[in-house]
Amino acid sequence: MNDTLILRIISAVLYILLGGLFSGFLAGLDRKLAARMQGRRGPSVFQPFYDIGKLFSKETLALNHGQFVIAFSFLMLIVATGVLFFAGVDILLVFLALSTAAMFLVFAATSSNSAMSTMGAQREMMQMLAYEPMVLITAVGFYMATGIMNNGVGSFKIMDIGSNDLPAIIYLPGIFLGFLFILTIKFRKSPFDISTSHHAHQELVKGVTTDLSGRNLGMIEVAHWYENTFLLGVVGLFFLCNEWWSIPLAVVAVLVVYFLETFIDNISARVKWELMVKLAWGVTIVCGGLNLLVLEYIF
Amino acid sequence: MAKITKSPWLLHYDGSSCNGCDIEVLACLTPVYDVERFGIINTGNPKHADIFLVTGGINEKNKAVVKQLYDQMPEPKVVVAVGICACNGGVFKDAYNIIGGVDKAIPVDVYVPGCAARPEAIIDGVVKALGVLDEKQKAFKAAKKQKGENK
Ligand code: SF4
Repeated sequence: MNDTLILRIISAVLYILLGGLFSGFLAGLDRKLAARMQGRRGPSVFQPFYDIGKLFSKETLALNHGQFVIAFSFLMLIVATGVLFFAGVDILLVFLALSTAAMFLVFAATSSNSAMSTMGAQREMMQMLAYEPMVLITAVGFYMATGIMNNGVGSFKIMDIGSNDLPAIIYLPGIFLGFLFILTIKFRKSPFDISTSHHAHQELVKGVTTDLSGRNLGMIEVAHWYENTFLLGVVGLFFLCNEWWSIPLAVVAVLVVYFLETFIDNISARVKWELMVKLAWGVTIVCGGLNLLVLEYIF
Repeated sequence: MAKITKSPWLLHYDGSSCNGCDIEVLACLTPVYDVERFGIINTGNPKHADIFLVTGGINEKNKAVVKQLYDQMPEPKVVVAVGICACNGGVFKDAYNIIGGVDKAIPVDVYVPGCAARPEAIIDGVVKALGVLDEKQKAFKAAKKQKGENK
């Protein structure tokens, strides 16, 4: 018992120390890969770190004092979400913390009067509407899969989900697909980069982050890195079990998924929010719903 | 400390250009010239920008717009005037509505002549602007430190 507690504390601390760096590096790799896919050389893989360093060294033009507090709260809540996840507590609590954090991004955007910012906030809420059902189904799926493998004793505890006899993906292929789908929304990648985009030259300028600058924008970016690490952690959780080989399997899965996201980002154009909601819910019902039904009635 | 020159984000504004220079500015982003390899991003958002790239001259209508965009950019920042129109009005100089180059509205740091300015020239201009930006960042930091000591 004590051993697992120490392990949980170590992984949570590692997340705080390295979670941001890991995704920052992945973001750099993402830009490099994207450039190569387009036949360009692309920036250095450390480019995201240069960008963040610059943002913190620049003047911060804040419209109100609230912006700093809100951006800071967003960062802290996202980090808290990841810490809860990597500490192996209840997955429902983790997803709840994630939703709370997401609201702060919306607050940050609505704290300014800019039309772009406000519209970005509305679209961000549409995104939440689109992905939230799948997030809940994922939690339920993990519970049921754990139950099947443990003679009917299900669990929402991440510790238990990750230490079954077999990886959860064996029972949750549909839910995994559904989760991959909403991951594109969560990563704010094309075709679902509707609330903000990595490239601001668009109809919405920069959406939710239009009116943030300098240090405040830097904090939001760092928060996104932590968020991405956490989300990739959830992807990894699908592959973890109590065998040693599941760890390299999870790492490979995470990298493959990230590559896939970059690829999809490159080959697709942004859709309208109506289509996003329809698609996301469609996939949720078909992949997630069917998977749950199968778990309920067949196993 | 982070070097601003490693991550210059730019804002492109079309004053009263004929669009010739704008095409060349966009050409810089294509795979042939790929300015993103220097970390340059075309932001389209003054609040995120470090470099203000203006094409075309200043007229009565856009003078206030250019000034406002400039004011919305956080320090340190530099301005690059691309094309002869942006430098001094160019072929439109004598038109009744044209006031002149970009420096009639805001302080310009680098002038890139040419009609249209070639992508190579624009990239050279931006690289030159990075040197200015570096100086400005040092001055900005020194001023910030000074302010901190006076408090
Ligand atoms: S410099 Fe020449 S190409 Fe550029 S905007 Fe002026 S007229 Fe057009």
